[in-house]
Amino acid sequence: MLLKRLSEAFGPSGCEGEVRDVLTKELESYVPSWQRDALGNLIAVKLGTQGPRVMLAAHMDECGLMVSSIDKSGLLRFRKVGGLDDRVLVSKHVIVGSKRVAGVIGAKAIHLQKPEERNQVIPLSGLYIDIGAKSKEEAEKLVKLGDYAVFATEFGYLSDTVVKGKSFDDRAGCAVLAEVLRENYAFTLYGAFTVQEEIGLRGAGVAAYALEPDFAVVLEGTTCNDLPSSEEHGYCTSLGGGPAITVMDASVVSDRRMIRELERLARENDIPVQFKRSITGGTDAGRINQTKEGIPVVVISVPCRYIHSPVSMLSLKDFEYTVKLVKLFLRSIEGGFVI
Amino acid sequence: MKELIKQVVECYGPAGNEKAIRELIAGIIAPFVDEMRVDNLGNLIALKRGGDKKLMFAAHMDEIGVMVTHVDKHGFLRFYPVGGVSPLTMLGNRVVFENGTTGVIGSEKLEAQKDLTLNKMFIDIGASTKEEAEAKVRIGDLGAVSREFVDLGPRLVAKAMDARVACAVLIEALKTVANPAHDIYAVFTTQEELGLRGARVAAYSVSPDLGIALDVTRTGDTPSSMIMDVSLGKGPAVKIRDSSVLCTPAVRRYMEQVAKDNSIPYQLEVLEAGGTDAGAIQLTQGGIPAGVMSIPCRYVHTASEMVDYADVENGVKLVRAIMETKYTG
Repeated sequence: MLLKRLSEAFGPSGCEGEVRDVLTKELESYVPSWQRDALGNLIAVKLGTQGPRVMLAAHMDECGLMVSSIDKSGLLRFRKVGGLDDRVLVSKHVIVGSKRVAGVIGAKAIHLQKPEERNQVIPLSGLYIDIGAKSKEEAEKLVKLGDYAVFATEFGYLSDTVVKGKSFDDRAGCAVLAEVLRENYAFTLYGAFTVQEEIGLRGAGVAAYALEPDFAVVLEGTTCNDLPSSEEHGYCTSLGGGPAITVMDASVVSDRRMIRELERLARENDIPVQFKRSITGGTDAGRINQTKEGIPVVVISVPCRYIHSPVSMLSLKDFEYTVKLVKLFLRSIEGGFVI
Repeated sequence: MKELIKQVVECYGPAGNEKAIRELIAGIIAPFVDEMRVDNLGNLIALKRGGDKKLMFAAHMDEIGVMVTHVDKHGFLRFYPVGGVSPLTMLGNRVVFENGTTGVIGSEKLEAQKDLTLNKMFIDIGASTKEEAEAKVRIGDLGAVSREFVDLGPRLVAKAMDARVACAVLIEALKTVANPAHDIYAVFTTQEELGLRGARVAAYSVSPDLGIALDVTRTGDTPSSMIMDVSLGKGPAVKIRDSSVLCTPAVRRYMEQVAKDNSIPYQLEVLEAGGTDAGAIQLTQGGIPAGVMSIPCRYVHTASEMVDYADVENGVKLVRAIMETKYTG
């Protein structure tokens, strides 16, 4: 399953090579030509003969860690890459560096903690990655400064329709985009798999600058907090509620004409959709929208619980509905929908 | 000109849905400009020909507002802020949606007034059920404060003076300018309150030789106010800096010189916080010289923003004089 391979691929911001490889291999026979730009964005180019130039974007990178120093005891100190919550780090399995070394994020055991330490989140300075090395020299044979680490989370099924895995933000979006790219369209379609979204929407801006699409759709795995700790009016999206359309977030106001068309398509094809009900957080759409003379954009997301943590969850029904909705939208462009 | 100000400030136009205000302004300026277009972000870009250099004025037509995020079973709407919205000034206010639906803003019971936050507040549109409410307003709809314009004589009060009063200044200057010395691009921008977004892409497409943002600025002339050397009634302000921009010195000097040569009173402005479209214009493409003329305004981002009418009239004079004076910096 492509989502499994994408989810398990090693691809923190700035080190997206493995995700790129999964995608180019998977789509070899569907994509006639690829572009790879200076930042590492991977762009599937499917040239068409008529109609607008459309960009679909999903980011390949995930939040991770970077080795910042190696202690003489062989323990690795690290910094975060992207918006990880300090509270989710301790006691997790990770994979480190180009040799894909297994490690564990360690901290002082509860028995050894002072009373005041038990009441606070362990700061990064109190955490380290333990790869079982006994000395700095031994560790340096396996890992170097600047090596990345990601959570070692296996993809799996929790039920027939709900799956868990790491980095559904935004490998879910990558998987949706890959499904869409298996078909051919009359217009020119750019499938942009972007880099460095988690550290400031960096890849998408330069990709949009180079491609100059007439409009763009950003595919995301977005937050979903339909959980007992939230009041109903605080839910952002609901798992199983169908694809989530963003009206506005901290980075962008989605184009109303595109939202209306998506709503129409969903209604006429019995696809459940929901609006993302929070305006915090940003996506590649913000950067694309602000490129050059301005590019109309809309964001469609697969709702994912527990993103930016070692393990997230999504509903395959939401995923499939998202693929269906995006394909319908592209067919509608073929049928004459323009902005 | 008060009638024009009343018309533009009372119009609906929260950031992200500027259609109504854009159409209103387009209708007013059409006879006075040579070309007009709307770009991908909804900016209204008008051109009045007059010279070889391109001078872009940017006045933002969006206002702060709210976005509906949830409709509960009793028909109450929850909302998120659109732009710099304070819970203190929203409580008890009325908001209006694009289709004319009006609602009042209420709050959950609070232990103390300081606990007032936007997520404890809701909009009541007079519906009793979710279905009844959803027939009028849906998730994602944008609301803006509804409040009538008041003429206090020397001073004017309204919502959305930020920056519709600047839009009115630009409109009036376009109407009355005699001999423009530049190709004047009058841009009525969108989404300024969300991060100068419209001006950024408009400046890219216009690619002007010089950009001047027209906006409002805060003042330091009310009881125990913040310390700021800008007052109502002392003329339009020529900006030196705010958090988005250090105005290009040559542009500031040019604006000051034009004011002096035409005996228009003005004041200099140093704004500690807050940004303007000039910040986005200046950093577009390879960099564009940029300045700002501000109309001093009390109670910014409330339903009752106050400006001085003489400042507005002098603002029109200064903008018109700038349009008619060659920039050589």
